[in-house]
Amino acid sequence: MSTQTATFPATAPPSAGVLLPAFTLWWREVVRFYRQRARVVGVILSPLLFWIVLGSGFGTSFRSGQGAGQQNYLDYFYPGTLVMIVLFTAIFTMMSVIEDRNEGFLLSVLVAPVPRAAIVLGKVLGGTTLATTQGLIFLVFAPLVGVHMTLVSFGLIALTVFLVSFALTALGFAIAWPMDSTQAFHAIINLFLIPLWLLSGALFPLSKASGWIRWLMYANPLTYGVEALRTLMYPEAPSSFSFDFSLTASILTLVLFALFMFGLAFALASRRTTKPAA
Amino acid sequence: MTSNSTSIDLAHPAQHSEQAGQPIISVRDLVHRYQDRTALNGVSFDVRPAELFGLLGPNGSGKTTLFRILSTLMVPTSGSATIAGFDAVHQPGAVRRHIGVVFQAQSVDLKLTAYENLWHQGHLYGLRGAELKARINEILTRVGLLDRSADRVETFSGGMQRRIELAKGLLHHPEVLLLDEPTTGLDPGARRDLWQYLQILRDQEQVSVIVTTHLMEEAERCDRLAILNEGSLVALGTPEALTREIGGDIILLEAHDPQTLADRIRSKFQVDATVMDNRVRIEIENGHRFVPDVVEAFPGEIQSLSVSKPTLEDVFIHRTGHRFWNEDAEPAPDTRKKKTKKT
Repeated sequence: MSTQTATFPATAPPSAGVLLPAFTLWWREVVRFYRQRARVVGVILSPLLFWIVLGSGFGTSFRSGQGAGQQNYLDYFYPGTLVMIVLFTAIFTMMSVIEDRNEGFLLSVLVAPVPRAAIVLGKVLGGTTLATTQGLIFLVFAPLVGVHMTLVSFGLIALTVFLVSFALTALGFAIAWPMDSTQAFHAIINLFLIPLWLLSGALFPLSKASGWIRWLMYANPLTYGVEALRTLMYPEAPSSFSFDFSLTASILTLVLFALFMFGLAFALASRRTTKPAA
Repeated sequence: MTSNSTSIDLAHPAQHSEQAGQPIISVRDLVHRYQDRTALNGVSFDVRPAELFGLLGPNGSGKTTLFRILSTLMVPTSGSATIAGFDAVHQPGAVRRHIGVVFQAQSVDLKLTAYENLWHQGHLYGLRGAELKARINEILTRVGLLDRSADRVETFSGGMQRRIELAKGLLHHPEVLLLDEPTTGLDPGARRDLWQYLQILRDQEQVSVIVTTHLMEEAERCDRLAILNEGSLVALGTPEALTREIGGDIILLEAHDPQTLADRIRSKFQVDATVMDNRVRIEIENGHRFVPDVVEAFPGEIQSLSVSKPTLEDVFIHRTGHRFWNEDAEPAPDTRKKKTKKT
């Protein structure tokens, strides 16, 4: 009998499936985060400082121009800061993929009978949970910038934050998976992710951007996250888009963005390698 | 060089699985090439059930590559590896259910407690609930850490962390346990404990244990050994059989000019004298009788002399013509190829 055609014997332990391993990887991600107090403090305080310092500074500088319509800059900058919190939490959380690989933890997961989809799902949902939580904590300051949420708008804001978190965490996973050093990861963040945020309408409105920058902003999926949040927070403020693009369309764009990024992360993690895995 | 030993089993795999007492692991003509070098160059061997099997070799010998292929982390360039009846290349999922793996690198999460680490590990293998809880307590008792169950692993000593690694690898009752340099960084006491535990596993739970090592004294504790050098199997057998094969004794001479002395001994006595590590090395039957002759023949030239029974290192020298590595050298990281000194 050739071993190639052997079927699984009945005595083999049942497969762990997808959900149980994904749950346990999610759980670890969350527990690890909250056991490192410095990370918790940093992730909440630094965007807050950033928002107040940068927002106040820019606010006075740009007051003379039209800026973002009638809006105060601190108000305008608020959704963008929320997206930045989510971006940083999501991306930095996935630095754990590199740490796990360098330590050996990842190896022990890779040799377990766990589908790769479960590994990606568990890690990405872990990061998503953290990023979404941080984002929602930041909403405490919403009344200060004149945002009054109904239950429905809060639900939609939470959904948007979740989708942006999920997409960005999956993106972080896809970037981190092939890497073996956190330095390289930082380089990618500076080169690629900061511009992604800068060109999302978080810092300056799309309507005021010049030609090619504007097209980059349209092509940037994060733009639709910022736009969705701004529409939900300031229903009276004018749309940044020069064409008619509804909130639903923005959210659908985010869903596609999230699915695409998850697919990318899954595809990368599913490759079996002939190179050293550690 | 006598690398093609008769002890290397080249039986056809198709006949194997039909026989009683079939091997738990079958490796056949395994070849692995990285871009610029060949890490494994046609390696074949079997591991029997409930055997403590050692993979001995210096860094760069291919043992880490072999370990990664057996643990389904890497796909070989060609050849096959069958574990518990499943093909490591084509049926990685089935193989993973039957193996427990302990890596050289630390895989426990320091921020989690001992219990949490095992709870997490159990979920990866589909264990849950009361069954998992009972199993965790059982395995923690086995490794003597039940009382530290609720403590974070970062508070543990190196030896205790290793025991948690081992507990992780054994949690799902694997038939095969693969360990990569498991005693790295452990003090002698912890090393001894670990090896005792591996022997208990083999005897009481019939687990087949495959362990890579670069330490001769660890290799001597294995039931059987495969010695690797530069990607090829240079010896396979029990440590006793391998050392017996050399026969005779090993004489080492220290001298001012070992090269000249070796030449002169060769021409005078017609024995095989080589220079290794600034010492003259002679493999000879009845070494004690040869000693007076050689001392008298070269008065004043020999500074010191030792006669010993062959060790596994001598087996390695005998088969490859060069030293395993310098005695005091710290092992280099496995990714870098260490060039051993050739004579």
